[in-house]
Amino acid sequence: MAIKLPIYMDYHATTPADPRVVEAMVPYFTEHFGNAASRNHPFGWEAEEAVEKGRKQVAELIGANAKEIVFTSGATESDNLAIKGVAEMYREKGNHIITAVTEHKAIIDTCKRLEKEGYRVTYLPVQKDGRISLDALKAAITDKTILITIMAANNEIGVLQPIAEIGALAKEKGILFHTDAVQAVGKIPFNVNDLKVDIASLSAHKMYGPKGVGALYVRRRNPRVLLAPIIDGGGHERGMRSGTLNVTGIVGFGRAAEICRQEMATESERLRNLRDYLNDKLHKQLDEIYINGSMEHRLPHNLNISFAYVEGESLLMGINDVAVSSGSACTSASLEPSYVLKALGAGDDLAHSSIRFGLGRWTTKEEVDYVADKLTHVVSRLRDMSPLYELAKEGVDLSTMQWQTEGH
Amino acid sequence: MAYSNKVIDHYENPRNVGSLPKSDPNVGTGLVGAPECGDVMKLQVKVNPETGVIDDAKFKTFGCGSAIASSSLATEWLKGKTVDEALAIKNTDIVNELSLPPVKIHCSVLAEDAIKAAIADYKKKQGAEVKAAATAAQPTA
Repeated sequence: MAIKLPIYMDYHATTPADPRVVEAMVPYFTEHFGNAASRNHPFGWEAEEAVEKGRKQVAELIGANAKEIVFTSGATESDNLAIKGVAEMYREKGNHIITAVTEHKAIIDTCKRLEKEGYRVTYLPVQKDGRISLDALKAAITDKTILITIMAANNEIGVLQPIAEIGALAKEKGILFHTDAVQAVGKIPFNVNDLKVDIASLSAHKMYGPKGVGALYVRRRNPRVLLAPIIDGGGHERGMRSGTLNVTGIVGFGRAAEICRQEMATESERLRNLRDYLNDKLHKQLDEIYINGSMEHRLPHNLNISFAYVEGESLLMGINDVAVSSGSACTSASLEPSYVLKALGAGDDLAHSSIRFGLGRWTTKEEVDYVADKLTHVVSRLRDMSPLYELAKEGVDLSTMQWQTEGH
Repeated sequence: MAYSNKVIDHYENPRNVGSLPKSDPNVGTGLVGAPECGDVMKLQVKVNPETGVIDDAKFKTFGCGSAIASSSLATEWLKGKTVDEALAIKNTDIVNELSLPPVKIHCSVLAEDAIKAAIADYKKKQGAEVKAAATAAQPTA
């Protein structure tokens, strides 16, 4: 069968909605269009019923109670609500927050804002494998620490943090634990009670649901977590998030969560095999390629590889019929290489040369073959015109060279 | 990122990729940029000692498509020019020819730097050659 181009292999950025999700959503645009907050007529009741069903479906995916799910516009809002909500609510208890340098910008930038408001934030470094050190975390805790926020799985390198261990430690110390679980939930088992997570951010569009809807899991018992709202209004979602509920989005989110729960085991196994096949094939066909982050503690559908001596943007240009992301942010507004890869201790040159592969529900073996062969061809071609590859082959140690960086 | 057709053409069919012998006294080599900045260009010129005209030019570039195109274009322009004419090539000429967007102007600057570095290397070698020849001509006794 001929494969359809371009190939989508950027499932960490977003996922297409599953047709079964869309099917569930459609009636709620027109037929059942009510406002879930309308308490005195059937239009509202129908909408409320649909929202509560979605809430239950999302809760079941993470082993929570439906009452512990607060719907938001997406994970960025969830992250903001979690951190700012805890910071304000627990201000009297303390003003110290612990996070890590490889967190998503929605976490980092929220923490930076709080620093301007007088909070103290510790940004834990990561080890070479991309994971934080539990000893470093322990050492960072003070009697003023009110929140630890560490992501479950990294969006660039797919590395899983030791969430269960962090949860246990936070519980022991009586500190709230928030995790940005956007990349993990729906892909690998994630249970808020097993992991002792108090607050967790989720997003529908990373798990084959629609964009524009997310959730925050907020523990109600042992301990009961209180959050100051960041959006004021009608007091929806137990007062934590005002605003008319996105009923269609929530219906889709719920259905997406249900499908993930039912199919996660087989899907993750299939994607792990495909991912390993891609990795093996690239390693067979090319020399001097390096995996970023732990392979052991990693999402099954993620691969992040640096191709030494070629630059990321020119690499992407050569594989323009394949949708992947580059660690070189040359593709975005800033010319900085990925802060996540830099945090692993990869040299800037390798950070500039990395590709993130995100496999997903509709990725096929034929697509993986095409991508691996295309990359091999393009990397070989670019290395033939790379002065760095030439120097390295002559035996020059590039790290000891004097480069003329002045003015660039 | 949208690339101009000329950038895409140079990226897909780069002109004059390769290397000239570094030790040849008539070859000047310029190596500019840095890996951590995401751009390194090596540009070489081979000058005809009789005429002072650049007979051959080669490049190798680690960098984005615009960096590859800038250096590829530079080698095209260098061939057939005298050393002094080569020094008159400005980065803005490259920007205009390739329709580079503002975020890619540094690629053209780097290409201009590479040209200047290659010619400086050639001149240095020539100076050294002349000196060596002069020294060799001195009676040793």
